Amino acid sequence: MEKIYSRTKTIQEDKVSGFCPGCMHSTVVKLIGEVMEEMDVVEKTVMVTGIGCCGLHMDYIAYDTITAPHGRATAVATGMKRSSPDSLIFTYQGDGDFASIGLGESISAANRGENITVIFINNGIYGMTGGQLAPTTLLGMKASTAPKGRVAEEHGYPMHMCEILNQLTAPAYLVRTSCNTPQNVIKTKAAIKKAFQNQLDGKGFSMVEIVTSCPTNWGMDALTALDFIEEKMLPEFPLGVIRDR
Amino acid sequence: MARVLMKGCEAIAEAAVRAGCRFFAGYPITPQNEIPEYFARRMPEVGGVFVQGESEVASVNMVYGAASAGTRSMTSSSSPGISLKSEGISYAAAARVPMVYANISRGGPGVGAIQPAQQDYFQATKASGNGGFEMLVLAPSTVQEAVDLTYAAFDYADRDQNPVLILADGVIGTMMEPVELPPMKSDEEIAAIRAGKAAWACTGHKLDYANRSWIQPGQWDTKKMQQENEKAAAMYATWEQDVQVEEYHTQDAEVVIAAYGISGRIAKSVVDICRSAGKKVGLIRPITVHPFPYAAFDRINYDVCKAVLDVEMSIPAQMVQDVRAGVKGRCPIETCLCSGGNIMSREAILNTVDAILAK
Amino acid sequence: MAMIQVIAERCKSCQYCVKFCPKQVLAVGKKVNSKGYEYVEPVNQEACIACCMCGRICPDGAIEVYK
Repeated sequence: MEKIYSRTKTIQEDKVSGFCPGCMHSTVVKLIGEVMEEMDVVEKTVMVTGIGCCGLHMDYIAYDTITAPHGRATAVATGMKRSSPDSLIFTYQGDGDFASIGLGESISAANRGENITVIFINNGIYGMTGGQLAPTTLLGMKASTAPKGRVAEEHGYPMHMCEILNQLTAPAYLVRTSCNTPQNVIKTKAAIKKAFQNQLDGKGFSMVEIVTSCPTNWGMDALTALDFIEEKMLPEFPLGVIRDR
Repeated sequence: MARVLMKGCEAIAEAAVRAGCRFFAGYPITPQNEIPEYFARRMPEVGGVFVQGESEVASVNMVYGAASAGTRSMTSSSSPGISLKSEGISYAAAARVPMVYANISRGGPGVGAIQPAQQDYFQATKASGNGGFEMLVLAPSTVQEAVDLTYAAFDYADRDQNPVLILADGVIGTMMEPVELPPMKSDEEIAAIRAGKAAWACTGHKLDYANRSWIQPGQWDTKKMQQENEKAAAMYATWEQDVQVEEYHTQDAEVVIAAYGISGRIAKSVVDICRSAGKKVGLIRPITVHPFPYAAFDRINYDVCKAVLDVEMSIPAQMVQDVRAGVKGRCPIETCLCSGGNIMSREAILNTVDAILAK
Repeated sequence: MAMIQVIAERCKSCQYCVKFCPKQVLAVGKKVNSKGYEYVEPVNQEACIACCMCGRICPDGAIEVYK
C-alpha cells in the first residue's frame, strides 16, 4: 500500500505540535508546510512570526524563521523582502498582533503593497496571555479583561481586517477562510497557495485571514468550539474572497 | 583625496553608503531629516533600498528585518524617536543582529526642543531598551569624526553581531564642514560581507532540521536565555580594546575638563584659549561613551589637579556619574551645564575654569 | 483496500477526525499517550475509503492514510 497522506516534512519528524488540543494554529502551520513542499519553495522561505501563540511552532518547524516584536511582523517582513527580494517572506500573526498592537504596521504595509504574504489567525481572543479581549472578540463574548462580555458601548465592535484593508488600493489578494471542516481546510490551503504564488509573481500584498477556534480560552472543548465557529464566528466574519487582483 | 563640504547628517549617510549600507528606513523628526532625505536620493544610485516607515517603531523593525537577511542596514532618529526605536534595538541586541543607528539628539525630556542637546546620555549608554543589553556608543565631535565613526560602526556591528549607536547631536548633524570621505566599498566587497552572514541570515535554507536559520530575540528555555546573556556579557567584555578617548594637555593640568561630542569640541577651544593665557587646563574627551574611558582619569596628575570639570548640555548632568566613577574621589568634580536646546557657551566654561583656578 | 494509522504520540484527542470521518472508522481509545491524552484509534479499519478527511482536519498531523 502507498502512503497518500502524512504530516508535512517541514515539521520536524520527532516533534509534537506545541498547541492545545483542537487549536487550529496547528492546522494552519501544517497547511503552510504542505504548500511550501508542493510549490518547492522551502529553500527560499522565511517566516516572520508575531508575538503570542503565533510563535509557538518556531521550535518544531524546519525552515528559516525570525521573531518580530509584537505587532511589527509586516515591518520586519518589509525590510527582509525589500533587501532580499528573491526570498519568499510570510508573516504569521494573531489578531492581537495584526489587528491591535500592529494595526499601524499592518495597514501601512498593505497600503504600500509590499510584496509579502500575511497569514492572519483570527480566533477572537488573546491566546498565550490567557484570554483577554481582542479587536476581533465577538459582542457578548467573555474575555478575562471583559468579564461581562464585549459591550459595544465600552469596547466597540469586532474589527474586520479583510474589509478594512479592502478600502486600500494596493492589496492584491484578501481572503477569509476557516479550518472548521475538511472542506474549509482544503480551501484555506488553496488560499495560502495562491497568496504565496502572488508573491512569486510580484503581485504585492496578499492576506489570508483564517477564522479559527481557541478552545482553551473560549472555555469549551474542541468539538463545541467547532460549533461556535459555525454558529457565532462565521456570521460575524463571513468567508470568501474579498479582493483578487 | 579631495575634501568636500558636507552637512553632518548627509556626511553620516554618505559614510554609511560607502561602508556598504544598502538598506535604510527612517521617519521624519528634526534635526535629522537630512539623513533619510539623503538616503532617499542616494540609495537608488547604488542599488540600495530606502523606505520611509510609517513610524520610528516600524522603521527600526524594517531595519531589524533587512539586517536579519544579511544586509548592512541603518536607521536614524532624534531623541523622542530614539525612545520609540528602543523596542527594535533591544530585539536586535537579543537576537544578535548587527545594525547601526544614529541619534542626532535634541532637547528633552518629552517632545523637548528641536535644538541640539546631550540629554540622552543615560539612555544611550545605560539602557537603550529593556533587558540590560549593551552597545558600542560612538560620540563624534566633528563632521569628519562622524564620518569616520559611522564607517567603522558597520564593521563593529558585523564583528559583534550587535547594534552600534552613533550618538551625535543637532550641532554635528546640521553644521557643514569639509570632510574627507572614506573609500566606497565595491559591490564585490559588499557581496562578500553578506556571504559571510549566510550561516545565520534568514533568507531560506534547504529543508534541514539542524541548520536552518532561526533568529531568536529570546528563549523559551530559561537556561538557554541565561547562556545567551552570558555569551553577550563575554562579548561586551572584549570592548576594552575598542575604547577611544582624546586626552589633550592633561599631564600638568590644574583643571581637567571632561566633555564629549559638541561640548567636547567647545571645551577643546577653551583649553587652547587658557593655554595661550598660561592657564594649565586639559581635556578628556570620550569618543566611545560606552565603554567609557575610565582609565583616562587614572592618568590625571592628581598632585596638581584642583578639579575635574564635567561639561555637558544636560541638566541634570548625566555623564558626571561616569566621570565620578573614573575620578574615584581623587579630586573634586565641578560641573558646567546647559540644557533644553541651548548650546554650551565657551564663556560659561571659561568662567567656571577661572573660578576653580582662583580657589 | 485502504487503511489509516494513528501516530499516538501526536494525538491530542480533539476528536475532529472522529466527527468528520464519513465511515465512522475512528473512535477515542482507552489507552493514553505520554502526554496523557486518550488517543484516537481506528475501530472500523475495513470501512476506510482513504478519503483523507481525518488527515486533513487533524491539526497535529497524527493520522497517516494508506491506499
